[in-house]
Amino acid sequence: MNRFLNLDPDVKVLLPDGSTHNLADYLLPSAFLMLAALILLISMFLPYWSMKMTAPQYPKGLVVNVYVNHLDGDMREIDELNHYLGMPPLDNGGQLERSISFVAIGVFGLLLIAGVFVHNQWAAIIALPVIGYPIVFIADLFYILYQYGHSIDPKSALGGAIRPFTPPILGVGKVGQFGTIANFEIGFYFVLASIGIVLIGLWFHRAAYKPLADARKRVRESKA
Amino acid sequence: MKRLFIFAVLLTLSAVGLGACGGGAPSAGGNTPAPTGLTSDAAAVAQARGLTSDDIYAALKTYTPSGKTDPYIMIASGGQSGQVLVIGVPSMRILKEIAVFTPEPWQGYGFGGSGNDILAGGKVAGKDVLWGDTHHPGLSETNGVYDGQFAFINDKANARVAVIDLRDFSTKQILKNPNAINDHGGAFVTPNTEYVIEGPQYAAPIGDVYAPLDQYKEQYRGLITFWSFDRVKGRFDQSKSFQIELPPYWQDLCDAGKGPSYGWAFCNSFNTELATGGNNPSFEAGTTKNDTDYLHILNWKKAEEVIKAGKAKQVNGITLIDLKTAAAEGILFFSPEPKSPHGSDVTPGGEYIVVGGKLDPHVTIYSFQKIQDAIKAGGLKTDDYGVPVIPLDKAMEAQVELGLGPLHTVFDDKGYAYTSLFLDSAVARWTLGGPYASKHPEPGWKLVQKLPVQYNIGHITAVEGDTAEPGGQFVVALNKWSIDRFANIGPLMPQNFQLVDISKTGDQMKVLYDMPIGMAEPHYAQIIKAERLKPFQVYPQVGWNAETMSVDPNATLKEADAKVVRTGNKVEVFMTVIRSHYTPERVEVKKGDHVVWHLTSLERTPDATHGFGLSGYNINLSLEPGKTETIEFDATLPGTFTYYCTEFCSALHLEMLGYFLVQP
Repeated sequence: MNRFLNLDPDVKVLLPDGSTHNLADYLLPSAFLMLAALILLISMFLPYWSMKMTAPQYPKGLVVNVYVNHLDGDMREIDELNHYLGMPPLDNGGQLERSISFVAIGVFGLLLIAGVFVHNQWAAIIALPVIGYPIVFIADLFYILYQYGHSIDPKSALGGAIRPFTPPILGVGKVGQFGTIANFEIGFYFVLASIGIVLIGLWFHRAAYKPLADARKRVRESKA
Repeated sequence: MKRLFIFAVLLTLSAVGLGACGGGAPSAGGNTPAPTGLTSDAAAVAQARGLTSDDIYAALKTYTPSGKTDPYIMIASGGQSGQVLVIGVPSMRILKEIAVFTPEPWQGYGFGGSGNDILAGGKVAGKDVLWGDTHHPGLSETNGVYDGQFAFINDKANARVAVIDLRDFSTKQILKNPNAINDHGGAFVTPNTEYVIEGPQYAAPIGDVYAPLDQYKEQYRGLITFWSFDRVKGRFDQSKSFQIELPPYWQDLCDAGKGPSYGWAFCNSFNTELATGGNNPSFEAGTTKNDTDYLHILNWKKAEEVIKAGKAKQVNGITLIDLKTAAAEGILFFSPEPKSPHGSDVTPGGEYIVVGGKLDPHVTIYSFQKIQDAIKAGGLKTDDYGVPVIPLDKAMEAQVELGLGPLHTVFDDKGYAYTSLFLDSAVARWTLGGPYASKHPEPGWKLVQKLPVQYNIGHITAVEGDTAEPGGQFVVALNKWSIDRFANIGPLMPQNFQLVDISKTGDQMKVLYDMPIGMAEPHYAQIIKAERLKPFQVYPQVGWNAETMSVDPNATLKEADAKVVRTGNKVEVFMTVIRSHYTPERVEVKKGDHVVWHLTSLERTPDATHGFGLSGYNINLSLEPGKTETIEFDATLPGTFTYYCTEFCSALHLEMLGYFLVQP
């Protein structure tokens, strides 16, 4: 590993009990946690989830891409169609989550970087929000889609013709003459990758700082 | 055994045909095997319908499956309809009729909206003229090649020209020629669309005034107009345009020079006899008496210099160079052309001018170089009006005998020329010589094939066949008579646009398809490669004014902003239009109120077009996605009216309406 990182093998970390460790043992977890934070931050600018709606008169389909703080795609036309059902504009969904998303992800990133400076089990604890993030995202998306599909106004033009629905979060569904195809997009996979790297980072973190804690303990015990 | 033989022929031909169509993407439905021959089903159809192997070849060359689009677009004059036709080639499907000189309800053109303003530009002596006789469409060019930006068209009946913007395929401007009563030789475009040439036809005193016919020689004149075109504004600029006075010889068709002949224009003429009709003698006899008429050779670059030097005058709001100046300054020359000629077509490289004999079996080919040499040599005699005449033998490069009634000539990429033969009812393919001789296997200046067409061909067009880079592949014969080509639908019969395959060399031209034109008698057409066109699918922004091609200050961009504003007896309506409702849905005014009604389509989806038909008030608009229109009228008629969507827009289309109430 030293050779791989091209670090000078003569530069050693001296532990309190006099044993030495390679410098790379301590650099590695920091590098992983910082990389994870970077990937997480990049994901803010990428779509997390998409839904494509297909119907005969839309040969190219209608697409909505969901980012953490905005939507893009054919919302205008989808809203136009949904007004027949009295449904609110797509852009109204998840306003709170979207407004805090950049700050929240920024904090998650800072927590990961904090792990670089926290040399005990707390490093794992403060990484927990990041590990839980995709689950929260999916749950929230489901909640928004449920709310949306259950906001049909019975007094609207076609409100009586379509029953409340929740479009599937992954895979195909059907609403009126539209088929829906839902997929997670690259931003979401960036989050999963970030978590994977966090876990690897934490493993190396433990491998580096557990011996340090043990060494301290041994020194304390020998003094006592 | 015979049946087997036919089947084998069909197999081979279909394979050849498919090979010839190659380059296109394979048809959809990926799991069907590559077609290598006719299936037994297809062979049975061919047999049941009595289709020959030639028919099957033609079908394979022209059939365009659902979902595939044409590689070429033909912009055709609409004749007496006053409109312009847009046709896909080789499928020969009409895609659109562009309203130009005549009101047209589907496009909402002339029924209350901006089309009324455009039509008003074509008023003659202050009065509406709501038809036209469109003749020769001209596509805008850059370096002698179509650039797909604009199309121009003339109205022979009233000496008017129009601009069509090819971003939305709609008319933007109509201009009345202030000094001419009719035109024929328009619209011909110079190689960089500096000018659109509007040649005259029947002579008249300049400026639409009276003069007795016994004053024909003294007072009647021909007049050629060079309309300056402003590409940025997409409009003709009359202040930079100019006219040249000509003898009353009935100038006919023109073409702009290119390459070495850039800066020049060439028009044929057919009444150097100065016939004035009646019984001394009739026009038929009078205009055909002479063995030759005059090819007009005009130096428009020189004309620009002469205007700059202050040697022109203003007549009815346009710059005019008089005949004497034109002759003296080297702007105008003549060369004899046999006999009652027709057409004047410059070869792709700009070296030669081809003139059809009409009543002479030849086409005469003039060399631009020889014309220049003769002008330089000097010592030219003049005609009665003082215009220098270059003797035919000093200007002619070649004559090719083609047959009876040669009219118009177009070109391909293999050095062939194609001339319509009206009397022979045929398309003549012949070879160009000079720099083109190496492009085809035959010797230059020779007739190669005469292909019968049905019937009485007038104009002829080829893929980009009048540009500096002809495309080859197809010719369309624009036939005046169809007689027996289509089911009989009464005495007024359709014209016949006949598609001809010119993809192979030698005498292998074939008629592929007959297309009836059942709304008027078109004249010329041009065919452009579809890839050069970049039209909008929807207007670029909501609130787009298609007349100004910019966002309209009176657009209503959100439904919430829709409103009715009353100021005294003026009622201004700001209305939004989107599936499937107008906002507001009720508009109430008092009798005598002046109503200004702005409508904005909020749609952004291709083809989500709405109409706006207001009963009783002769109003109908087409509101394509994003478009804003304004109508203005006095509510003189009290009562209960509805406005409704005239374009089937959605499942709730019938519910898309509003009430317009006019209190007595």
